[in-house]
Amino acid sequence: MREKPVPHASLAAEFLRDDLHRIFHDERLWGMRQKRDEQMHELPEWQELRQQASRLKEHTLAHLPHYLEQFEQNAKKNGIHVHWARDGAEHNRIVEGILKAHGHSSIIKSKSMITDECEMREYLEPKGITVTETDLGERIQQLDNQLPSHVVVPAVQKLTKDVAKVFAKHYHTDPAIDDPHALAEAQRNAARPVLLSGDTGMTGGNFLVAETGSFVVCTNEGNADLSANLPNLHIATLGIERLVPRMEDLGVFIRLLSRSALGSPITQYTTHFRKPKKGGEMHVILVDNGRSERLGMEDFWSSLKCIRCGACMNTCPVYRRSGGQSYGAVYSGPIGAIIDPTFNAKKFSTLPFASTMNGSCTNVCPVKIDIHDQLYKWRRILAERHEIPFVKKEIMKMAGRLLSQPKLYRLSISGTEVALKTMPRFVLYNYLNPWGKHRELPHPVKETFHSWYKKNRLKKETTAQEGTSS
Amino acid sequence: MKIGLFIPCYIDAFFPKTGIATLELLEKLGQDVEYPMDQTCCGQPMANSGCNRDAKETEALFVRNFAKYDMIVAPSGSCVHHIRENFDAIEQTDEVRHVRQNTYELVEFIHDVLRVREFPWAEFPHKVGLHNSCATLRALRTASMSELGEPFFSKPKTLLSAVKGISFATPKRPDECCGFGGTYSVTEEAVSARMGLDKVNDHHNAGAEYIVSADTSCMMHQQGCAERNGVPVRFIHIADILNGARS
Repeated sequence: MREKPVPHASLAAEFLRDDLHRIFHDERLWGMRQKRDEQMHELPEWQELRQQASRLKEHTLAHLPHYLEQFEQNAKKNGIHVHWARDGAEHNRIVEGILKAHGHSSIIKSKSMITDECEMREYLEPKGITVTETDLGERIQQLDNQLPSHVVVPAVQKLTKDVAKVFAKHYHTDPAIDDPHALAEAQRNAARPVLLSGDTGMTGGNFLVAETGSFVVCTNEGNADLSANLPNLHIATLGIERLVPRMEDLGVFIRLLSRSALGSPITQYTTHFRKPKKGGEMHVILVDNGRSERLGMEDFWSSLKCIRCGACMNTCPVYRRSGGQSYGAVYSGPIGAIIDPTFNAKKFSTLPFASTMNGSCTNVCPVKIDIHDQLYKWRRILAERHEIPFVKKEIMKMAGRLLSQPKLYRLSISGTEVALKTMPRFVLYNYLNPWGKHRELPHPVKETFHSWYKKNRLKKETTAQEGTSS
Repeated sequence: MKIGLFIPCYIDAFFPKTGIATLELLEKLGQDVEYPMDQTCCGQPMANSGCNRDAKETEALFVRNFAKYDMIVAPSGSCVHHIRENFDAIEQTDEVRHVRQNTYELVEFIHDVLRVREFPWAEFPHKVGLHNSCATLRALRTASMSELGEPFFSKPKTLLSAVKGISFATPKRPDECCGFGGTYSVTEEAVSARMGLDKVNDHHNAGAEYIVSADTSCMMHQQGCAERNGVPVRFIHIADILNGARS
């Protein structure tokens, strides 16, 4: 069956219908962007840091096999089990295998985008393995059976009253109490027993350090440290692009990450994991899932530099007004719009068009990914692969023909009332109709510039020329 | 120096006054300007939609019209950006390169090429909100952008500051995109129109009587949003003000 493209435009329109959600979402994320700006102004070397981070990532990606092997060697020396997963399915089987070997059946898990990417919960739960998210936002999304809306603040599209409803359904709390403290307390009460009884801890990770064979997890709630340290078994899943060569390189990224994400100088917790605790076991699963293939894409490989800070989402005027759910993908916003089509070009064919090409994303990106240029490149590729609506394609073909023939073009917009009455015939119909839904059309004018020029200037020139020649 | 005047299709059809103001202004500044009669469009609508191949003939026509001029000037940041950065559906001959490298947006042409800072005939006794299109702000770089934290500069504001009686409103989010985005304005009309309304409200709340911009396409969209929602703000192209329009 042919998969339908995500209807981003209509999902976004739906999101915009409720003023409370619309205003909160836009202002909350814009607030994060503003805090990010304040942090940037505190550091005169900000642009230099971005440049350095970009170069470090480019270098690492150019030598990826080398650094991955170095990481593996050093991690093994530290007593960490290292696994390689070609795709999500293989990753999930590895997790299942580790749990089976220990006779475990419950995972307490901190937030990680990549396990969502691998659809791990969907795979493990039918096999009797419970997965409990311990990050507050991620837990809310899990209970509500939704994908994360944002890479850093997964439930940002929800108001406290929405959370109260979700908790009432699952935790049997009072749906009318939407005080954030009460809600956090409800989550704490529900999570504590699970945290204490869970037999396997899982985390994602922000960075792999090749020279030390260690990895770093940056969080704000402390739940990752509980998830990793309470059980004796810790499994960490990271994408193969998370690498940095040396410990000293980390400084560049740690300084950029939380400043770009939330506008705080550093995350509350920056935890370095180097070896299993006494009597414990530590596993790292390195996931490819399309990354090697993307590394080979001339136009899109640099999206692998992403450190998942979400700054592009916070600044994106379209994302802020669409909500993360409208992208129908694990990764939403501008970064999602350029990496999602590498997973499924049909399903996510609409996302590169969910942009005004304003370029704000590219300029806040701490690792200098040319996000809006990649959106532009995706549009071309998708059009060439016929992954854009037929009507749009036909209209563009017609427009191209008309705009390359001056006489025909003039004829089509001629007449006195100009364009509005005749131009609609070629463009306005079906395709441009939506203009008027929330906007007035431009006012008709008596004559075009073209005809004004002909009357007022060409005649004069002819007269002047005649004057001089006679 | 002979200048070819490029008047983009929507200015030609909907805002001819802006085209006239651009021509008159360049003439006041002593320029030898000609408007090639066979011009249509730069090809951006097709290219922006991904249908780059459909822009090929339009680009070829553009080059046939403009290759003979030393410089090409247009009162539209977005079209100039397209010509300079993305005009690649046709083979890149010397002629094509000449056109691409010598096409200027009106403000940067006056500011950087002519280096004119005085417009003694201009007077605009109104409070204006300056709207920099994303193409002028982040591609042509005629003003500093908040994303980079760089020292403030604004070529359009420098020019406008020479106009008698003008004052500036300070919107809360001066760099936020207004949501036009070419075909985006119809393919995602709900988000587009919401952004447009937010933009005009921001300017109106800051006390702007007029929104002034070097990009008519953004203003066509914003005006549509303002009129539909009864936001009492008016629109004027920077060429009209610099040419001496009083309202």
